[in-house]
Amino acid sequence: MTVFRELSQHILDIYENGAKAGASLVFINIVEDFEQDRLSIAIRDNGSGMDEAMLRRVTDPWVTTRTTRKVGLGIPFLKQTAEMCGGDFEIRSELGQGTVTVATFQHSHIDRPPLGDLMGTVVCMVVGYPNVDLVYRHTVGDREFTLDTRELHEILGPGVPLSDPEVLGFLHAMLEEGLRELKGEPLPAS
Amino acid sequence: MKSLEELRKIKERALERRKLAGEGAKSRITVAMGTCGIAAGARDTMKAVLNEIEKRQIADVVVTQTGCMGLCEYEPMVTIKIGEADEVTYGKIDAARIPTLIEKHLLGGEPVAEWQVQTAK
Repeated sequence: MTVFRELSQHILDIYENGAKAGASLVFINIVEDFEQDRLSIAIRDNGSGMDEAMLRRVTDPWVTTRTTRKVGLGIPFLKQTAEMCGGDFEIRSELGQGTVTVATFQHSHIDRPPLGDLMGTVVCMVVGYPNVDLVYRHTVGDREFTLDTRELHEILGPGVPLSDPEVLGFLHAMLEEGLRELKGEPLPAS
Repeated sequence: MKSLEELRKIKERALERRKLAGEGAKSRITVAMGTCGIAAGARDTMKAVLNEIEKRQIADVVVTQTGCMGLCEYEPMVTIKIGEADEVTYGKIDAARIPTLIEKHLLGGEPVAEWQVQTAK
């Protein structure tokens, strides 16, 4: 149905839009609420934002013109997927202020794509754009995990990038631990 | 839980290594991460790049991303630039091709001709 198999690919796609719009800070908030049977994904950036005309265009694949090609087909596909899975899609934006994208789904819906490889997605996002900070917060039931790259950048300073091999190892271990705990999986003995 | 204290120690070691290796990164690897790139598997390509950097402890490379390069049919696309040499653009670089590309071009300095894409300058 869509070009992406995983919701985390959509998250990456929207993050890329924000990074290219000059954002210095992006918030990604994922909430998995089993009691309400909802999955919600919110992405907020402080990039250049869009005017109303552009905002209307980005959710409509049919009126997309060549000048909007750079936005890609990612957003209409995410909207379609959310609406197909008993959810909603909303995008708000203001020129000079940034953009907020929210997609919700019925968590248990049979057609809902999996979140997929969040660890790989988050590492790609934070390493590939060293000037964009990410606050990734993921809640599953009553468990929560947060990664705030502002903390990491503050410690590392300008001299050591997140792509340093030893820092990458730290980042991988930190995310793996956090995501396992979120799912309630036991940690491997080390 | 991984502590930020641990990261402080890693930082000291990384700075020390960088001092020994000399100033600045000498090469740059870029993965195109537009919608077309992501759909073609660019995230796995980037993961493979990062795995190689971690595995081989490559500290003197800058890893970046770019958007759609206008050649969507060649995604996932990767570029490598070493020192003052011209940037080389590669097409259809899935994760499986990354170890060879890193070994031959990034570390060995020899571009891999058969995976190159000619781009208009």
